[in-house]
Amino acid sequence: MKKNRMPHSSFHQLRAPLLFLAPNMLIFFIFIIIPAISGLRMSLYDWSILGGHSFTGFANYIDLIKDSSFWKSLGNTIRYVLLTVPLLTASALGVALIVSGQEKGISIFRGFYYLPTMLSFIIVGISWRWILGDEIGILNYIITSTGGETIRWLTSPAMATASLIFITVWAQTGFYMVMFVGGLQAIPDTLFEAAKIDGANKFQIFRSIKFPMIRPTMLVVLVLATINAFKAFELIFVLTKGGPGTATKFLVQSIYQVAFEEDRMGYASSMAVVLMIVIGILTFIQFRMNKKEYSNE
Amino acid sequence: MNKTGGLILKLLLVFIFFFPILWIIFSSLKPQSELFTFPLSIFPDNPTLENYREALKSGDFIRYFYNSTFVAVVSTVITITINIMAGYALSKYIFKGRDTIFFIMIATLMIPLQVILVPIFILEKNLGLLNSLWGIIIPPAATPTGIFLARQYMMTIPNSLIEAARIDGGGEWFIFHRIIVPLAKPIIATIAIFSFMWRWNDFLWPFIVIAKQKKYTLQLALANFVGQYDIDWSKLLSMTVISIIPLIIVFLIFQKYFIKGMTSGGVKY
Repeated sequence: MKKNRMPHSSFHQLRAPLLFLAPNMLIFFIFIIIPAISGLRMSLYDWSILGGHSFTGFANYIDLIKDSSFWKSLGNTIRYVLLTVPLLTASALGVALIVSGQEKGISIFRGFYYLPTMLSFIIVGISWRWILGDEIGILNYIITSTGGETIRWLTSPAMATASLIFITVWAQTGFYMVMFVGGLQAIPDTLFEAAKIDGANKFQIFRSIKFPMIRPTMLVVLVLATINAFKAFELIFVLTKGGPGTATKFLVQSIYQVAFEEDRMGYASSMAVVLMIVIGILTFIQFRMNKKEYSNE
Repeated sequence: MNKTGGLILKLLLVFIFFFPILWIIFSSLKPQSELFTFPLSIFPDNPTLENYREALKSGDFIRYFYNSTFVAVVSTVITITINIMAGYALSKYIFKGRDTIFFIMIATLMIPLQVILVPIFILEKNLGLLNSLWGIIIPPAATPTGIFLARQYMMTIPNSLIEAARIDGGGEWFIFHRIIVPLAKPIIATIAIFSFMWRWNDFLWPFIVIAKQKKYTLQLALANFVGQYDIDWSKLLSMTVISIIPLIIVFLIFQKYFIKGMTSGGVKY
């Protein structure tokens, strides 16, 4: 690679690489960077599609602090994040430990566990509404026919959140499982051989070898799952529409409703800025953890 | 844990992760009358394709399927083309600002659609892209993940190949599409699978951009269907199953490949 560093090698060019980069840069600029800046700007305006716009400074943010429905949806979101992320991580790690081996046929099992990850949230939502329906669902059918009471999985406030968390875990375990499998398979066999010679049992091997070795993977999974949980919208849209009441109304749905149902685009933008800051910080942490991957060396 | 116990556990997990999918498939094969009669049976007593016939008979569904296919295929072709180009530029050229450009591109992950819903809507409106399939094809076509994967892969292509081609007088574009692209086939396949899956399953972009029913994608149509008060389940279930089929096909063809790509690429995002 030393040759690369020499000045005026044939790899030192400017025009060709910039042309190759142009389409991506253009799209990023028009559809991400410009909207991000204009979102920041709009958050300082009283802005509606029908009523025009006027500059109001930080008024939106001051209103936000006093807005109980905003705090409610932020609280709902944070509770969902705090419950979903540990469960999802544990579930993915647990499943990965079961199928991280190399034995014949094991990839078929991995394939099955991965399947839900390939479905869209809309389809996941429809499937579970069919299973959890109050009157029509097979789960309540089994419960009532064995003498139990119908459980309102999606239509009672307490159960709706729990169902939502369970379904999220069901739908995404496969995605993070694959990461953990990758991490587990990267552990050198010599470590296990040494532990076996020392007479370590399975639990000791997990605690002293596997767990420390997959800690980096686990950190990435935790951050990534947190980001994704903050972005949650589709599943709720199909399963509960934020209800019953506002029990499962999360931040993205609030932003959407304030913007497009109430036509308060400026105010919605100030809510979006809050979410942008949260996701920005989390993504930054993720970059720091992957720093080596992004540098050129 | 002994061998049998392990197997039972694995099969139990298959049940947990696979049964819900199987259950909608079985349910979709039941005639309307059997769908809500108790006692429920797991397998359809009189399996029928009637629900599918009904779903396919309505011209709307075919249109949604076409819209989704068009969006997923065209967007994937664009994504592959521009991401491979960018990955090549970022891995095989040396110029000032290269690493900054790469960092900015990756940093766009900090701004997902969820946080720019409002300005995106206004921008698409001003560009005349509302209710146009192009409005959901072009913006998400530039993917940081795809660029990252392409760049990582291309760093493994030997420089000597490129140098030799330059000595032979090959132009930059010629080198790219005659030497680099053929060598990059594995990563092209990986990006293609991801892109197709993302675009096929995408809901939020169409939700913001598309309001006209004629332009609905499958996901939008399904979400709309399930939002109605009186859900026609027999039709909805068969539509749901049909909309999974392309993904299952992709999955079966590329299964081995896919899990591999996920482990190398997925760790980043």
